[in-house]
Amino acid sequence: MKLSTEKAGRFILEKPQENRLTDLGPRHYWEYFPPVIKENYGKWAYHDMLEPGVMVHVSETGAKVFTVRCGAARFMTVEHVREICDIADKHCGGYVRFTTRNNIEFLTDNLESLEALKADLLSRKHVSGSFKFPIGGTGAGITNIVHTQGYIHCHTPATDASSMVKAVSDELFEYFTGMQLPAKVRVSMACCLNMCGAVHCSDIALLGYHRKPPIVDHEYISKLCEIPLAIAACPVGAISPDKTADGKRTVKIKNERCMFCGNCYTMCQALPLSDKEGDGVTILAGGKISNRISEPKFSKVVVPWLPNNFPRFPEVISDVKKIVEAYANGANKYERLGDWAERIGWEKFFEKTGLPFTEHLIDDYRLAYDTWRTSTQFKFTDAAWAVSKAAGGID
Amino acid sequence: MLVAFEPKRPVKEINYAESRIYTDAELNNYTEEELKNFKVKHEIPMLEELEKGPWPSFVADAKRNALHRKKLADGRLLLDKEGSEDLLGLLEQSFEEGETHWKHGGIVGVMGYGGGVIGRYTDMAEKYPSIAHFHTMRVNQPASKFYDTNFLRTICDLWSYRGSGLMNLHGSTGDLVLLGTVTEQLEPIFFELTHVMDTDIGGSGSNLRTPSCCIGKARCEFACVDTQELSYELTNHYQDELHRPAFPYKFKFKFDGCPNGCVASIARSDLSFIGTWRDDIRIDQEAVKAYIAGEIKPNAGAHGGRDWGKFDIQKEVIGLCPTGCMAMEDGKLVIDNANCTRCMHCINTMPRALKPGTDTGISLLCGAKAPILDGAQMATLLVPFMKAEPPYDNIKELIEKIWEWWMDEGKNRERIGELIQRVGLPKFIEVLELPPAPQMVKAPRSNPYIFWKEEDVIGGWDRDINDYRKRHKR
Repeated sequence: MKLSTEKAGRFILEKPQENRLTDLGPRHYWEYFPPVIKENYGKWAYHDMLEPGVMVHVSETGAKVFTVRCGAARFMTVEHVREICDIADKHCGGYVRFTTRNNIEFLTDNLESLEALKADLLSRKHVSGSFKFPIGGTGAGITNIVHTQGYIHCHTPATDASSMVKAVSDELFEYFTGMQLPAKVRVSMACCLNMCGAVHCSDIALLGYHRKPPIVDHEYISKLCEIPLAIAACPVGAISPDKTADGKRTVKIKNERCMFCGNCYTMCQALPLSDKEGDGVTILAGGKISNRISEPKFSKVVVPWLPNNFPRFPEVISDVKKIVEAYANGANKYERLGDWAERIGWEKFFEKTGLPFTEHLIDDYRLAYDTWRTSTQFKFTDAAWAVSKAAGGID
Repeated sequence: MLVAFEPKRPVKEINYAESRIYTDAELNNYTEEELKNFKVKHEIPMLEELEKGPWPSFVADAKRNALHRKKLADGRLLLDKEGSEDLLGLLEQSFEEGETHWKHGGIVGVMGYGGGVIGRYTDMAEKYPSIAHFHTMRVNQPASKFYDTNFLRTICDLWSYRGSGLMNLHGSTGDLVLLGTVTEQLEPIFFELTHVMDTDIGGSGSNLRTPSCCIGKARCEFACVDTQELSYELTNHYQDELHRPAFPYKFKFKFDGCPNGCVASIARSDLSFIGTWRDDIRIDQEAVKAYIAGEIKPNAGAHGGRDWGKFDIQKEVIGLCPTGCMAMEDGKLVIDNANCTRCMHCINTMPRALKPGTDTGISLLCGAKAPILDGAQMATLLVPFMKAEPPYDNIKELIEKIWEWWMDEGKNRERIGELIQRVGLPKFIEVLELPPAPQMVKAPRSNPYIFWKEEDVIGGWDRDINDYRKRHKR
């Protein structure tokens, strides 16, 4: 059926329920499998990584499917998707897929088209020089950065997503096209601590963070917000009901109790908190999702705040590289970043990465006690001597 | 064509040759040279900095879209031509000022549904008029995100014509995200999506969000269950819960084929379905020997970028097994399967020698969420093993028990994980009529603040102080 070009399309404003189709759900996946996938569904015997970004899966029947994985910006235009379609039509029988980390995968069942496909992908560059379809993202390297909307589309961000991800991905590019690390390193990014995506469970995570309490729009808050919802939105009970001098309902915020999460603004537009100097980036590390060897882990805050230095975030990149390089040098084969940090002890993590340890990294929320060191098992580093000196324990 | 799985309704074919709006000439209406010389209407020096470097530049891509739209004849787009340019201008201004320029919230949608569209308005509408409305539509993706070019090209034409031409492939939850259109185009777009593309929008709001799954049996030898089929079946079965918010808060399903967690269900879904097995790991001893002899690369070659020395099965597999249940005996690898926790390490490391068992099902875990409000949670184990076979009635019954309880007991904007924390896991499993099991905990409690039910204590709680005083003087 042809797409409509009428302004209102097939929708008739006067009869809005006429011909309305609902609850169709998604298209059925089987329609979009290339023939080799259909024929070998559930019959796969093993796989191999032929080179970074290129995999072969071999079926019990002997059939093979070759996959070329390419990086992508996630934010993409119809121009780019049409170019993906051109490639899929040319080399892959018109099929293509996307991964759970927003890479693009082109599949083919023969080696000849694999070589042509790879050459074609690497030949395509934007006029300004960046690769359109860099090949990589497999094995023990750093693949695409799961990220969020940032200033492109969201109202609660404390930083921008697409720009930070581009800046960091450029710097980590050798790890995207290589498999030189002890294990895969998953990097993710969220522009506020709603953490849409994977920040709480990634090897390295970048998080937009505020550092100033909300500004209360007393004039409008009772007109625009359900005040009890704004009060209930606070994890630390910093918000309470109040009246203005002229008797309007409003809220008061105990600034010393607020930790700038922004959840009250999510619920109430009269409580904005974004701020050029206040907002910035927090780095977390050591999370994972898989159950391989160790259990899934949350990522832990290792850098409390860095400035939003648009467009390339040099301070963020510097600290991310410190973490990746210390991990690459120190970890055993198969050891995820969090496994390494726990084995050597977090005190050694800070020593080896050179990241400063500040009071912001010590948990003080509810179950914080479980994260403190209730043992005499620790390793001596310069940080320990600093405490000893401050306590008068040594000269 | 081998058809292993039947869709719920007859498949409507999309043929781009029939559906298309734009001619080839219109789609290729600019040259590389023009693109090189193209300047968007706003000054964007910081964004131009992001055109450099090897990683695909979203700025370079957005500029293509801007030039393409600018060069289309009048009347070949329903939205203002300058949307991409205004978005770049707005983004540059946000960089300069270190603040977003999107107004708070926005409530828009399509009739019959309570979710699926995220309304958005800029607070700089006078300076950037073509993105004054900039709403997002979430389109429910096919399971594990396989597409053909008929589908993608058709949605591109639809979205060029009635939207900004900007997209996310894909949103974190899984949807194909159409980024930026005006309110009056929402219904027309929805009509085209449903009537021409036979596809629906996804979820948003306090409802079942769009489920998603790993690649599963389509291209993975580890998949213990049909993740695509589970995802498709449950998405269709719960269309009402997805489109019409009826819950205290959002609720997500994700389906992982094995404990490797390629769709991260354990961290990113309220109900996490993770494939597993309950019989023995299958061992091909000849292949084990080939790994030891160095004929097959460990971990399918995932560490090929560095010299880690010769493969050492003792050090790399047996010694890293979290339960120590593996050994080499008489040149053969043996696994004490009763003590295996199915972490996947040995299978991941020697995929040609080791395979999951054949008696497969899912582990069901519940309650993952991001930090707001009470802290981040991973999903906690609820059911160690369930068979997962069509029509999945056992799974649906359990889902509905969970929902029924949460819909009654959950507070406004309380995720299921927080409700379980508030009332306790013992209460939750009682509601689900599940017996307690040591598998549900990492360790038993260490504090002795134990609740008992009155009926479990002889004599009950109704006691008379005078009786007590007969035995104990004041």
